[in-house]
Amino acid sequence: MTVGATGSRRLIAAVDTTADDLGLRVGMPLAQAQALVPDLRVCDATPDDDETSLRQLACWAIRYSPVVAPDPPDGLWIDIAGADHLLGGEEALLADLTTRLSDRGIAARAAVADAPGASWAIARYGKGCVVPSGRTVDAVAPLPVAALRLSSETLNAMHRLGIERVGQLAAMPRAPMVRRFGKEVGLRLDQAMGHAFEPISPLIPQETAIATLTFAEPIARLEDLKQVVRRLSQDLCRKLTQRGEGIRRLDLVVRRVDEKGASLRVGTAKVTRDHVHLARLFDERLPTVDPGFGIEEAALIASHTEPLVEQQTEVPGIAQDDTVDADISRLVDRLGARVGAHRVYRLAPIPTLVPERMARKISPLAPPTGSVWPETLLRPTRLLDPPEPVVATALLPDHPPAFFIWRRLRHKVAKADGPERITPEWWNGDKRAAPRDYYRVETDQGGRFWIFRDAPADQGGRWWLHGLFE
Amino acid sequence: MHAKPPEAIAELRRQITHLERGSERRKPLPFGVPPIDEHLPGHGLARGTLHEIIEAGPASEFAGAATLFTAGIAARLKGPVLWCLTRRDLFAPGLLRAGLHPDRVIYVETSHDRDVLPLVEEGLHERGLGAVVGEVTRLGLTASRRLQLAAEASGVTALLLRRWWTVAEKDLTRLPTAASSRWRVAPVESELLPAPGLGRARWQVDLVRCRGAEPRSWILEACDAKGRLAVPADLADRPDPAQVRRTATR
Repeated sequence: MTVGATGSRRLIAAVDTTADDLGLRVGMPLAQAQALVPDLRVCDATPDDDETSLRQLACWAIRYSPVVAPDPPDGLWIDIAGADHLLGGEEALLADLTTRLSDRGIAARAAVADAPGASWAIARYGKGCVVPSGRTVDAVAPLPVAALRLSSETLNAMHRLGIERVGQLAAMPRAPMVRRFGKEVGLRLDQAMGHAFEPISPLIPQETAIATLTFAEPIARLEDLKQVVRRLSQDLCRKLTQRGEGIRRLDLVVRRVDEKGASLRVGTAKVTRDHVHLARLFDERLPTVDPGFGIEEAALIASHTEPLVEQQTEVPGIAQDDTVDADISRLVDRLGARVGAHRVYRLAPIPTLVPERMARKISPLAPPTGSVWPETLLRPTRLLDPPEPVVATALLPDHPPAFFIWRRLRHKVAKADGPERITPEWWNGDKRAAPRDYYRVETDQGGRFWIFRDAPADQGGRWWLHGLFE
Repeated sequence: MHAKPPEAIAELRRQITHLERGSERRKPLPFGVPPIDEHLPGHGLARGTLHEIIEAGPASEFAGAATLFTAGIAARLKGPVLWCLTRRDLFAPGLLRAGLHPDRVIYVETSHDRDVLPLVEEGLHERGLGAVVGEVTRLGLTASRRLQLAAEASGVTALLLRRWWTVAEKDLTRLPTAASSRWRVAPVESELLPAPGLGRARWQVDLVRCRGAEPRSWILEACDAKGRLAVPADLADRPDPAQVRRTATR
C-alpha cells in the first residue's frame, strides 16, 4: 500500500489486494492502519509517476480502440464502439484485456457498458462484466452511491439520510434531490444511467515520424543508397512540416535480404527540417553500411524532434550582401557527423592564470561569451602539455637563464623578460605548493620561448620549457 | 587580319580572368604594410584561395611564429574561423594576441593527419566563414587543387599551416601544391632595447611563391593586437644616411 500526505495527516492513498483483505481501506489514517496491522510495509505515494505510467498504459491500450482516455488517478476509458468485433466481441475483448494486464502484473478490473459513467461504476463497485445494451439502469441501480463519482461530503450527507444505493437515489423525486445535494448529483446519476452524454477526451499519441521505402529488387550500390536516403529525408521532412516540427536526431535503419539490419544515427546542433542537409549528414557514413546480398528495406526515423516555426530566410528585392550573419549550425552538423560532435567546440576563457586551465570547451553554437583573457598577458601560441624539462643555467639566482639545452640543442639566450610569478591555485585542487617563475626568453637566433622554474633557485627549482612564442 | 597587340592582350587577360573563375572580383585583403601590398597582385592577399604558411627557424616543428602570422590574417578577415587541428598544442590565449577573439574560432580536432583535409574542405563549402585554418603535414597536388576549387567557389580563404615532426615530413613542404601563395615565416633577432626586456618580435617573412608575383622576402615586426604587421622603424625605406651626409658636405 502507498501513503500520501493530506495536510498534516498521512492517509492511505492506495492498497493492494492483500492489504484490502486485512481490512485496510483507501482514506484510512496511517496510524490506524498500523494499529490494525503492526508489520505493515508502507511506500510513499508518487502521483506524478502514477500519472505517467497511466498515460503509458493508455498508449498501450490503443491496440483495442483508437479512442482511449486516461482517467486519473487509477482508471482508463476505452471507447470500443465499433472495435470490439476485431477481437471477437465484447466478452472476448474484456477477457483479453484483463489477461494481458494481469500477465504484466497489473491488477485490473474492467467492465463494458453503454455509458462511460456506468462502466466506471460497474468496474469498481459491481462485478466486472459486460452489461448488455439497454440494461444499464438495472445494472447500476443495486450499486452503492459511491459508484457515482461524488465528493465525500455529499456521500456523508446521503449516508446520514439513509441513501445507500443508486436505485434509492434514482427513485427520489428529482427536484428536491437536486436542491438538497446539488446539481452534480443529478448529472452524475444521469451519466451513470446513460441518460446524459459524457464526452471523454481521448489521448492522441505522439507518433514517431517515420519514412520507409521497400524495394522490389534489393539494392547494394552506394549511389542507390544515397539516393534512397535523399528521398526518405524528403518524405520525412514533408511529414514534419505538417506537424510543425524539426529534427534533432535521426536514425537510418536498413534491413538486408538475410534479415540482418544496420543502423546509423546522426544528430543536429540546431533543430532543422532541411532535407538536403539531413541527407548529406549520412553521406560520410553510408559506406560503413555493409549491404551484404542487398538491402530490401530502409527506414528513416525522426527519433528526437522539437517544435520548429517557419523562418523567413530571404526577402525578395533585398540582395544578400557579405555582411549576412553566418548560420554555422549546418557546418557544425556536418563536421560533427564526420568526427563526432564532441570534437567540434569553441573555447571560452576562464579567469585564471594557470596556463593549463585557461580555457574550457563549450558548444560551438553557444552564445558569444564576450569575455577574453586580459590583453596584457603575453602568452605563447603553442603550449607544451606537459612541460618539457630543460637544462638551464642562470648567472645569478632569480635571473633568467643564460642558456638552455632543450631536445639536445643548446640555445643561447640573448634577451629575456620576467619573471612573471604564477602561484598554484589551491582552490582549484593544485597539489604543488611552490609558485612558478615564468620568463620569456629570446635566443640569439630570434626564437622566443616560455621557460619557467618550478621553485626558487635556493630551493632547488628546476627549469621547464612550457611554450613557444612567435 | 590579326588583332592589334593591346587588344589581343586585353582579350587574353579577359580569358584568364574567366578561367580563374572570378577570384579577381573579390577584393584582396591588404596587409597594411606598403612594401608587401605593392608587391602582391591586387595589392593584398587574395581572398577565396588557398595559402600555405610554413615556419622556418630553430623550433619550426611547433610553428609558433607561423601560427601567429596565420591568426593575424584570420583576425583581419571577417566572420567566424574554423581551425582544424590534429595536435592539442594550440594555446588559445596566444591567438588573442593577434586579435583573434575566442568567440570567433571554432575548433575541430581529429586524431589523423589524413582526416584534416576533408574537414578543411567541408569548412570551405560554408560561405559564411571568414577563413578556414588547417594544420596539415601532407598536402598533395590533387588535394590542394580540390581545396583551391572549394575556396574559389565559396570565397572562403583557406590558410594551411604546415606542421611536421620528422625531417622526412619537413621535406614534404618543399613539394609543389596548387596553393596560390606560399609564405615562410622565420623569427629573427629583435631590436635591442635600451633596458632589459623584450620588444616586439621580428620575423623574416618570405613569399616563397605566389601566383602573379615574384618571390621576395621582408623583415617585419610581428602581429600586433589587431593582427597587423609592420615594417621595423630602423629598417624602413628612407634615404641612405651616408649618402645624405655626402651630399651635405659637397
